[in-house]
Amino acid sequence: MMDSLSVLLQAVPYLLKGALITIEAVAGAMGLGLIVGIQMAVGQVYGNLFIRRLICLYVWFFRGVPVLVLLFLFYFGLFSLLGLNLSAFGSVILVLGMTTAAYQSQIFRGAIESLPHGQLKAARAVGMSDVQAVIHIILPQALRLSIPGWSNEYAIILKDSALAFVLGTPEIMARTHFVASRTYQHLVLYLFAGVLYFLLTWWGVKALRKLETRVRIAGYAHSGGTR
Amino acid sequence: MIVPPPDVIRVENICKSFSGKNILTSVSLGLTQGELKVLIGPSGGGKSTLLQCINFLIPPDRGTVWLEGREIQIHHKRDIYEFRQQVGMIFQEFNLFDHLNALDNVAIALRKVKKLKKQAAIERAMAELDRVGLREHASLYPAQLSGGQKQRVSIARALAMDPKVMLLDEPTSALDPELIGEVLFVIRDLARNGMTMLLATHQVGFIQQMADEILFMEGGCIIERGKPADLLLPASRTRTRAYIDKLSELYEELK
Repeated sequence: MMDSLSVLLQAVPYLLKGALITIEAVAGAMGLGLIVGIQMAVGQVYGNLFIRRLICLYVWFFRGVPVLVLLFLFYFGLFSLLGLNLSAFGSVILVLGMTTAAYQSQIFRGAIESLPHGQLKAARAVGMSDVQAVIHIILPQALRLSIPGWSNEYAIILKDSALAFVLGTPEIMARTHFVASRTYQHLVLYLFAGVLYFLLTWWGVKALRKLETRVRIAGYAHSGGTR
Repeated sequence: MIVPPPDVIRVENICKSFSGKNILTSVSLGLTQGELKVLIGPSGGGKSTLLQCINFLIPPDRGTVWLEGREIQIHHKRDIYEFRQQVGMIFQEFNLFDHLNALDNVAIALRKVKKLKKQAAIERAMAELDRVGLREHASLYPAQLSGGQKQRVSIARALAMDPKVMLLDEPTSALDPELIGEVLFVIRDLARNGMTMLLATHQVGFIQQMADEILFMEGGCIIERGKPADLLLPASRTRTRAYIDKLSELYEELK
């Protein structure tokens, strides 16, 4: 018992540095997914048939193939085929980002489509172009509605990021595995890794919940839920 | 020979069909400066579609629109955006921007479309809210306003763009009876100040008192048109008269 605790204590700084890399990877992926996902959602709702089909294809691909397969496919396959010299860390961000973009686009699409059609009509009626209407009227409302779904997506991607371990990215999982395979203190080390993931999920979801409350539109009824 | 005054807005032969069903069949009308024309008729008759076709919120299949003698190029996006700035639109369901307070609802188009500076936009928006009696409500959000207040904000939003003509699609039909008066009051005030308006409504008293011309729409056509005094003459056997009698009857029953 003493052994395992002292191993853990020694490993803590090393593992926390891994947590930092996990946070960076998830932040990068979620950010990429946000930017790409919003544009895909707008394209899917307002785009022409060609654009809609293209986005649909993209979404089906990334929803249909496991992240683990995608990581190998892109890092060992596609990137080298394309002559892209991307680091393992960069590949993780890109693959997780493109995957979450597919899911996020559907969160945003649902939110956009749930808005009353009159919002767009009124924006056009005062002379806004379609782009202005989407930027100033549709997205500010749709993004507010998307926060609960988006925080769910954060929790999923955070845990999917553990798969980055297979490309040798020194994040929580990889570092835990590294220490455990040398010290044989699997129980306490993986327990600690689990706690780290749990805390990151909890803080992130909590922060998003706070954001949701802060940007809530006054007088709007769709409050409620658990704190 | 008297030359008729030029139309502020004129539409010719507007046609629209949805999946093979004709909603509008060759509708034409024009409004001169300061005129108030009323669209009336059974629901499904095409009033709302006509109003939305006039400013291309629903693209008409055929037809031409002129604003002050200039033809609007329907395939020219910029032309349509510019045209819409000059045509105020009021919806039955208000359609206020739900994420903005009353002031920003009025100010946003001033800032983003007219490119006014923030301070200038806010001052103008405040003046318009004042005009519809809502200065004290500037910081409230749509969800915190009554139906009548929402509709007045939407009128202020349209007025802020200095429209040359206003299209009003049953502005009081979604309101509690007690709130109709305040909105009609604002519209009456606009009419007296010379705003050119095309208004779909079933408010009989208002029509009799204010309308320069009644356009009765049914089955996608204007089947009757004329001055209220002519169409509504108790002895006249017009479709309009019969319809308005029915409305009044219903109203009496409710009372």
